[in-house]
Amino acid sequence: MLSPVILIPAILNGLLMGAVYALVALGLTLIYGVLHIINFAHGAMLSAALFAAFFAFRMLGLDPYVAVFLLAPLFFVLGYAAQRFVIGPASQGDDRNMLLVTLGIAVVIENALLFAFRADTRTINVPYAFETIDFGFTFLAVPRVVGFCAVFVVALALWLIMSFTDSGRAIRAVAKEKLGAELAGIDVAHVYAMTFGLGSACVAIAACLLIPTYYVNPTVGNAFVLIAFTIVVLGGMGSVPGALIGALLIGVVESLSGLFLGESLGQIGIFVIFIVVLLVRPSGLFGARA
Amino acid sequence: MAEPLLVVDRVTRRFGGLLAVNAASLTAQEGRITALIGPNGAGKTTLFSIISGFLKPSDGDIRYAGEVITGEPPHRLARRGIARTFQIVQPFAGLTVRENILVGAHLHHRKRAAALAAAEDVGRHVGLNDFLDRPADTLTVAGRKRLELARALAIDPKLLLLDEVLAGLNPSEIRDIVPVIRGLVNRGITIMMIEHVMQAVMSLAEHVFVLAEGQVIAEGAPAQVAANPVVIEAYLGHGAAAKLRASHGQ
Amino acid sequence: MKGFAPIVAAVGVLAAVPLVVHSIVTLNFLVVTLMIALAGQGWNILGGYAGQYSFGHAAFFGTGAYVTAILQVRYGANAWFAFGAGIVFGAALGGIIGALTFRSGLRGSYFALVTLAFAEVLRIIASVAPITGAGVGTLINLDLGARAFQFQSRAVFYWVILALVGASLVIARLIEQSRFGAWLIAVRENEDAAKALGVDARSVKTAAMIVSGAVTAAAGCFYAQYFLFVDSGIAYGTWISIEALLTPIIGGVGTVFGPLLGALVVKSLGEGAKLVTGDVPGLDLILYGAVLVLVIGFTPRGLIGGFPQLRGWLARHRAPRASSIQEAEHG
Repeated sequence: MLSPVILIPAILNGLLMGAVYALVALGLTLIYGVLHIINFAHGAMLSAALFAAFFAFRMLGLDPYVAVFLLAPLFFVLGYAAQRFVIGPASQGDDRNMLLVTLGIAVVIENALLFAFRADTRTINVPYAFETIDFGFTFLAVPRVVGFCAVFVVALALWLIMSFTDSGRAIRAVAKEKLGAELAGIDVAHVYAMTFGLGSACVAIAACLLIPTYYVNPTVGNAFVLIAFTIVVLGGMGSVPGALIGALLIGVVESLSGLFLGESLGQIGIFVIFIVVLLVRPSGLFGARA
Repeated sequence: MAEPLLVVDRVTRRFGGLLAVNAASLTAQEGRITALIGPNGAGKTTLFSIISGFLKPSDGDIRYAGEVITGEPPHRLARRGIARTFQIVQPFAGLTVRENILVGAHLHHRKRAAALAAAEDVGRHVGLNDFLDRPADTLTVAGRKRLELARALAIDPKLLLLDEVLAGLNPSEIRDIVPVIRGLVNRGITIMMIEHVMQAVMSLAEHVFVLAEGQVIAEGAPAQVAANPVVIEAYLGHGAAAKLRASHGQ
Repeated sequence: MKGFAPIVAAVGVLAAVPLVVHSIVTLNFLVVTLMIALAGQGWNILGGYAGQYSFGHAAFFGTGAYVTAILQVRYGANAWFAFGAGIVFGAALGGIIGALTFRSGLRGSYFALVTLAFAEVLRIIASVAPITGAGVGTLINLDLGARAFQFQSRAVFYWVILALVGASLVIARLIEQSRFGAWLIAVRENEDAAKALGVDARSVKTAAMIVSGAVTAAAGCFYAQYFLFVDSGIAYGTWISIEALLTPIIGGVGTVFGPLLGALVVKSLGEGAKLVTGDVPGLDLILYGAVLVLVIGFTPRGLIGGFPQLRGWLARHRAPRASSIQEAEHG
């Protein structure tokens, strides 16, 4: 079991998978960093995005790597609207209420998907789904490599937005000091909504990257989002580098524990890490001390 | 003179690289009102948080009634008889005034009826008896300050730490509340107060400590301290003492 | 509403229902509603009174259900003993989770997350562990008779769950009237201020979690006896975590009757939806989610809490601001 021939691909695959987790976690940590709440609707949004990518392929004939340019902006708008017109007004700024409202939205989205599309699992067939690239010492699946690269592109894009655009600066200002930002004339509701939109866009991109090799059903998002929670807590709430590094770590851990413990118990490994981190060092590896 | 009720012994507190409190030593004599003054950011509230158990000192000790209490958690200190009010008042917003004070009264009265009676007593003593059944968040600033005081009194403290209890009050409100504070000493309560309102410090305190940049720079009777050039410089800046002397000389 | 009289009255009225209603469908609906109300009252003690919002109360429900089932099926224990044991295990689990999480000082989002994680871990373990029957689940053998805590008549089950709900209402009321309750509420409103007043916040929250776990576990135990089948999705699924928090929030967090009222509203909505669109999966939960968002938006204190809010809102918008000047003069 410990032979490098098996270990190295497992680790590499873990890294590749971790990259996609990173994208989901990025959205989550961004939302936490600015709004200071955990978006419990994140998983449901991922499920919805997967369905959207599915139908984009089935009905519009769009390859997921093309559909992403349609779905990312679409989900940005949906996320923006959700925060601006539902979550924000309903929770009136109370953290606990925001938790509950995002939970409510999660329940609505997930069950709406269930209601509309039943619990059947769907997949799409793209020609490159099973193609691999030969790296010499191992073969890696094309979709996963594309996913890995795409994540860094997105992370770079986010960094550029945050550092050089007015909106990005406004977001950073609100994340650091909401009251001050408000007094300086920044429209906090708009910033919150933009952040939520960005987080949702990340989720849409993640869905398009996942769908070539993953299956689609209303509860898939939940499985991912619990892993995303673990990553965000491990990496530190609100820390982008934390989310990236944490994601890669978790991807590898999952791959290795799946190797040694089997599929379902592998999942437990992640939750145990989750609970331990929460209890021992809730600020995570890179987060600010709570 | 007997050992003071409270002894803060060379307490230091660091926050990362920031030295908030630097080997500060002060005392509170039993039955007296001691004031802790100093410019903003001097570390006064940090010191209070350390004394009341909300923060642990990086170095140094706190002794209360002869025993070392360094590092004990707030609720244990409350049971020993140390009460504190908060600089930014923190009423239990969803509850009435009476229910607020009740929480404190319950520390020494297990049964609700006895605790309610004690709470009402305290409420009357601080002048809130017309407001006992109002929601706490409908009180004015002055009312909330009194509530903060009432709650702390309800735990039957021997030492009361008042953190800027007069902040935000207008002169007539201050005039009304000062006798209440003075009256507490008659009930056997030792008071240490952080205060910026100098007229109150002058009229209430018997002993004053001045904290600047985390260090105790002066102590003594109020009038003494007020005339101390080191203190004047701490508040008004370098050279201020000389300027004042010069202007008075004319 | 003060005192125990309203509780006695409500239970009395509800007890009379099976004497008038004989439809099995309706009785079944009411039994399930009361069971959810019981689970919700458990959540309410921790979330409503102590202000700690758990997103994983399934952990307690499922533990109660599984312990009750497993003790009977694998160890031949007496059903009533198994029921009690389920409650005890629920309480113990509450103590363990509480001690761990509150020692770390977890609050708010973090607390919600960690409770979610605990429930998920239990669900995964239950879905693969042999003792729970893994994927197949645990089936309790049909053995009608009081000794086996199984009854031919649905009405008897109804009275049993009603008695449990009544007990939970009494517990909530006792908490409200006690020092423990005053301290819990203080911790909820402002933990630091409470500590400064001598409240051992950590112990108080953990104690609340123990009681909360016991009450919700009781609902799980009842589920096992009523439906005679438990699997990991039923026991530890998110459905019960959601319903346990939904009913108090809708009915009124931190009130004695909130969970009961909330359960009636939520379950009626669910049934109503099914009548309109047929028995399609997911529809009732869509409604629950939407109602949750609406309730938080318009009456965050729930239905019971909403009325004083409404009165206050009306009062503030009718009378002019003269009274505040008087207040300012007298402080």
